[in-house]
Amino acid sequence: MDARIKELEEKAKEIRRLIIQMLAKAGSGHPGGSLSATDLITVLFFSVLRHKPKDPTWPNRDRFHMSKGHCCPLWYAVLAQTGYFPIEKLWTLRQLGSVLQGHPDRRTAGVDVASGSLGQGLSVGLGMSLAARIDKRDYRVYVLLGDGETQEGNVWEAAMASSHYRCDNLCAILDYNGFQIDGKTKDIMELEPVVAKWQAFGWHTLEIDGHNISQILAAYQEAASVEGKPSIIIAHTTKGKGVSFMENVVDFHGRAPTKEEAEKALKELE
Amino acid sequence: MEMLYQRDAYGQTLLELGRQNKDIVVLDADLSSSTRTSLFAKEFPERFFNFGVAEQNMMSTAAGLASCGKVVFVSTFAVFATGRAWDQVRNSVAYNDFNIKIVATHAGITVGPDGASHQALEDIALMRVIPNMNIIVPSDAPQTREAVLAAAKSSGPFYIRLGRPKVPTIENKGAFKLGKAQVLTAGNDIAIFACGVMVFEALTAAKNLLGQGIKAAVVNMHTIHPLDTETIIQVASRTRGIVVCEEHTVVGGLASSIQEVVAEKAPVKVLCLGIKNRFGQSGEPSELLKAYNLTSSDIEKAVFSLCPR
Repeated sequence: MDARIKELEEKAKEIRRLIIQMLAKAGSGHPGGSLSATDLITVLFFSVLRHKPKDPTWPNRDRFHMSKGHCCPLWYAVLAQTGYFPIEKLWTLRQLGSVLQGHPDRRTAGVDVASGSLGQGLSVGLGMSLAARIDKRDYRVYVLLGDGETQEGNVWEAAMASSHYRCDNLCAILDYNGFQIDGKTKDIMELEPVVAKWQAFGWHTLEIDGHNISQILAAYQEAASVEGKPSIIIAHTTKGKGVSFMENVVDFHGRAPTKEEAEKALKELE
Repeated sequence: MEMLYQRDAYGQTLLELGRQNKDIVVLDADLSSSTRTSLFAKEFPERFFNFGVAEQNMMSTAAGLASCGKVVFVSTFAVFATGRAWDQVRNSVAYNDFNIKIVATHAGITVGPDGASHQALEDIALMRVIPNMNIIVPSDAPQTREAVLAAAKSSGPFYIRLGRPKVPTIENKGAFKLGKAQVLTAGNDIAIFACGVMVFEALTAAKNLLGQGIKAAVVNMHTIHPLDTETIIQVASRTRGIVVCEEHTVVGGLASSIQEVVAEKAPVKVLCLGIKNRFGQSGEPSELLKAYNLTSSDIEKAVFSLCPR
């Protein structure tokens, strides 16, 4: 078990390095929320998800959808590292004609539905969950939500419908880093009480440290065992996690590191 | 004259489609008895989902279902489908180019007594600005059936606009072909382009005009996108003027579509009969058509101003 955790920690570090390199090369993009969700999504892709990277449309694959689409550097990094496309593609992020658009797009292998306009992704996951029910397939659906994103009303429409339809194959992951573009979520638009809200909407809630690999693994396992209701993993995270000068710095929500900053960050991530 | 509900035709056709194709899934937002998706719901409860009063969620859920190979029919009133959930239609439906058919009822001023909040007068414009979106405005109930079948057969997103009240069936208009306008009467003096319930008004006007010695070509523009520019140019270039009729704002709908084509390819004077910078209001459909200058006699007046006796 310890060896597996160590291995996933190393993977997460690699993913963080790729995010920094990708964004520095692109010259724009969103590092803060990509780094805060890195451990959650690395564990999902390398240890939880049932998928075949060489057959991205395999009907029985577990679905993953990144509702907070601006954190796609993280998605692209795990897709490349699990074999959906060559790593070199990462250096084309945000360039004209690239398969790696500034926000997720179906031209990328592994991306089933575009995102970018916040608040719609949980509904997308709900649709995938209902399709599994109609087709009698046993795949699971995972949706990554941003915390600021849950200020959108659409999220709560989806939350209500997912529990109404008892979608126990649906698992939301809330990257609760406490920051949004304009500042701290508690100053801009308070989200608390988060756990009580999701419980009131009929969800099974799990509250974890979103950087603790064993807690993350245990949470995915517990969510998969819940029957009759959807689950949400409310993961407390640090925006910009892993790079000291980016941690909890709101400026790095939507600004790419400069060449010098990237070098410094990569040194910290060695 | 046969008077039928377009939405009855929709509900029946959907039921047939559901029996033929197991991949058809239907979504509604608490209006299934009005939109007639209730017929499908009754026979195929496992492929029907009601989302309550939450159109945004419904539209993006459709995207999730479509990503798994489903052909998704989504229904509610036009004002909610295109207005309330516009961003979801743009980003979740059209940008992904998904097999989602939005069939909206209660469009236009003929909604009647419910008044302005429920009268979608800008839905065609809202859908027309979105890339990939096919738009059909059937003229009557039989054409509704043909349009729904065509949408189910074609890939990609569709917006089909239906009304609330019973509408007269137009005989002998020929088979529906997506993107191919129907020239219903021949005439080289004037052209009348219309969609939806206004096609019937245009035909009535053309009949009266013939008695006055004016030969008007009436064109049923059932498909707004892809637009049949060929027929528009052909008809426009042999007439002295064009009248466009729609129960929709003159901004961004059929009138705009026609003007964009003729201004470039076949310049001719165009008069637009539609809603002009106004909201709707309560009243019976026939009263409203009169109050907003959308009757056959309004069309005749417009024709006379282009083509003096």
